[in-house]
Amino acid sequence: MATLEIRDLRVTVEADNATKEILKGVDLTVKQGETHAIMGPNGSGKSTLAYSLAGHPKYTITGGTVLLDGEDVLEMSVDERARAGLFLAMQYPVEVPGVSVSNFLRTSATAIRGEAPKLRTWVKEVKEAMERLNMDPAFAERNVNEGFSGGEKKRHEILQLELLKPKVAILDETDSGLDVDALRIVSEGVNRVRETGEVGTLLITHYTRILRYIKPDYVHVFSGGRIVESGGAELADKLEDEGYEAYTKGGASA
Amino acid sequence: MAEAQNIPVGSTTAGQIAVAAESTVATRMSAPPSFDVADFPVPHGREEEWRFTPLERLRGLHDGTAVATGEGVKVAVEAPEGVTVELVDRDDPRLGKAGTPVDRIAAQAYSAFEKAGVVTVPKETVLTEPIRIAVHGEGGVAYGHQVVELGAFAEAVVVIDHTGDAVLAANVDYILGDGAKLTVVSVQDWDDKAVHVAQHNALIGRDATFKSFVVTFGGDLVRLHPRVAYAGTGGEAELFGLYFTDAGQHQEHRLLVDHNTPHCKSNVAYKGALQGEAAHAVWIGDVLIEAKAEGTDTYEMNRNLVLTDGARVDSVPNLEIETGEIVGAGHASATGRFDDEQLFYLMARGIPADEARRLVVRGFFAELVQQIGVDDIQERLLVKIDEELEATV
Repeated sequence: MATLEIRDLRVTVEADNATKEILKGVDLTVKQGETHAIMGPNGSGKSTLAYSLAGHPKYTITGGTVLLDGEDVLEMSVDERARAGLFLAMQYPVEVPGVSVSNFLRTSATAIRGEAPKLRTWVKEVKEAMERLNMDPAFAERNVNEGFSGGEKKRHEILQLELLKPKVAILDETDSGLDVDALRIVSEGVNRVRETGEVGTLLITHYTRILRYIKPDYVHVFSGGRIVESGGAELADKLEDEGYEAYTKGGASA
Repeated sequence: MAEAQNIPVGSTTAGQIAVAAESTVATRMSAPPSFDVADFPVPHGREEEWRFTPLERLRGLHDGTAVATGEGVKVAVEAPEGVTVELVDRDDPRLGKAGTPVDRIAAQAYSAFEKAGVVTVPKETVLTEPIRIAVHGEGGVAYGHQVVELGAFAEAVVVIDHTGDAVLAANVDYILGDGAKLTVVSVQDWDDKAVHVAQHNALIGRDATFKSFVVTFGGDLVRLHPRVAYAGTGGEAELFGLYFTDAGQHQEHRLLVDHNTPHCKSNVAYKGALQGEAAHAVWIGDVLIEAKAEGTDTYEMNRNLVLTDGARVDSVPNLEIETGEIVGAGHASATGRFDDEQLFYLMARGIPADEARRLVVRGFFAELVQQIGVDDIQERLLVKIDEELEATV
């Protein structure tokens, strides 16, 4: 069973000619089949956690370990992490002009699976996955994220999640900028992947709204660059009622 | 409408649509067109037509100091049956019929060549195999002149391949008879040190179709000036270009479509990728719709993809309209970059960095390459694009 183990992860970023520590010792274990929601106020370091795990060059790891099934993730390049089974659904997916969605998906699937998917089954696989996400087939011929609406970008991220079948999926604010209909469609996509029991999910969000559609097994409150409280789904209800104030004032972020 | 997006540091995109009583395309040149090099002053670099070109790298083509050497380039023509291949003297009436040199180097080439090549496809002859003209640089200085003439309703594909090392200035004339169809693929696959400056003149007959692909990979300095004019109504020109500018290379494509005749069409699409320190691409797209050219339909587009820091693009579309009685006229220019975020996104989907770059560049060029319609050339270009990507970065 796949396990992602994050131990005492410390991360800095260069900003305005100064080095700023963003993650100050994150500990978290995500096992296949589990869903962990990471919730926290803006600026608490949630997205830094997501991008650091994926290997974004902007972030410098200054301490700690990240292991995926015992393999040192921090030693891997960005593409190696993806091939090892990490997937990051991005909050702001990037436009790639000149590369069609269909070409991108196939290239990616070939890289992740280690061989080119058989064309006939692949076309069917993509078509069905797109139908489930209410995506127009014409979408496949558009350039990656170019001119996509916010909802289209997120659906495209979840389409990749469904096709690439990672061991651990990190969903960075997948709910942001979505109307209720789009949120439901995207959440159903995430749930289909979760129901296979083969993915560990790290759901990063600012709002509790998405948790009505995607039920977490664990909820962690993130503040000041670390996890300050962990609990079950009921912790989300508490945050819904009380907000993050209790965590942002006083000692938690010190 | 002019459009300029995502312009990275180190690039310029300037566009304008002018409605003028008198053409500035013509008047902003240093001297009127002429076959005589003496009619042009030696450029000093600040002239409108020279301001992007590093004169010091022209190896003397611009100031008369580049003297032709015996074996500058070797030209080999391979033509299917029915095609006439000749070497002619400068008094041959077909020379210079398609256009007159507009700058000093083109006039220098015209004044200095010894024999001109003429390839003729007789009227109503439809070729099924391409005519191949191989121009191989032997390390010397050369001045050349080539004419390709198609009789009425003839159809042909011509592939001109430039390889090796040379300092070459040339004029290439394409003369299309009424209803003729000519596709030309000119590939500049020079060695690193080559300097190549050429003016291409296409004269398009009534209802004739001219399709041109200019593909530039190599050379230290390549400066090409494809020009189109129409000899009768109903003519169509499609000018496609593709360039891959590496570190230190200067690749300049200057186009002029002169809509001098009513009811003609033109479509220009040039795409370039750049990588490496001091890679410099220049694209000038001049389209002139003369007062008499009613019913003109024209569009021009230039796209650039900057793959690394240190590369520079100057892209200047310029559309001049002297009559409002036209079907359509437009231009677009955009320079975007393949940046770290795009690379990260693709790599985060398991795609290795070199493959990610290849994916983006192949995708960028694919739509143009597919329109060439000559399989072995298309395949060769894709292989070449991959090689370019592997060679540097």
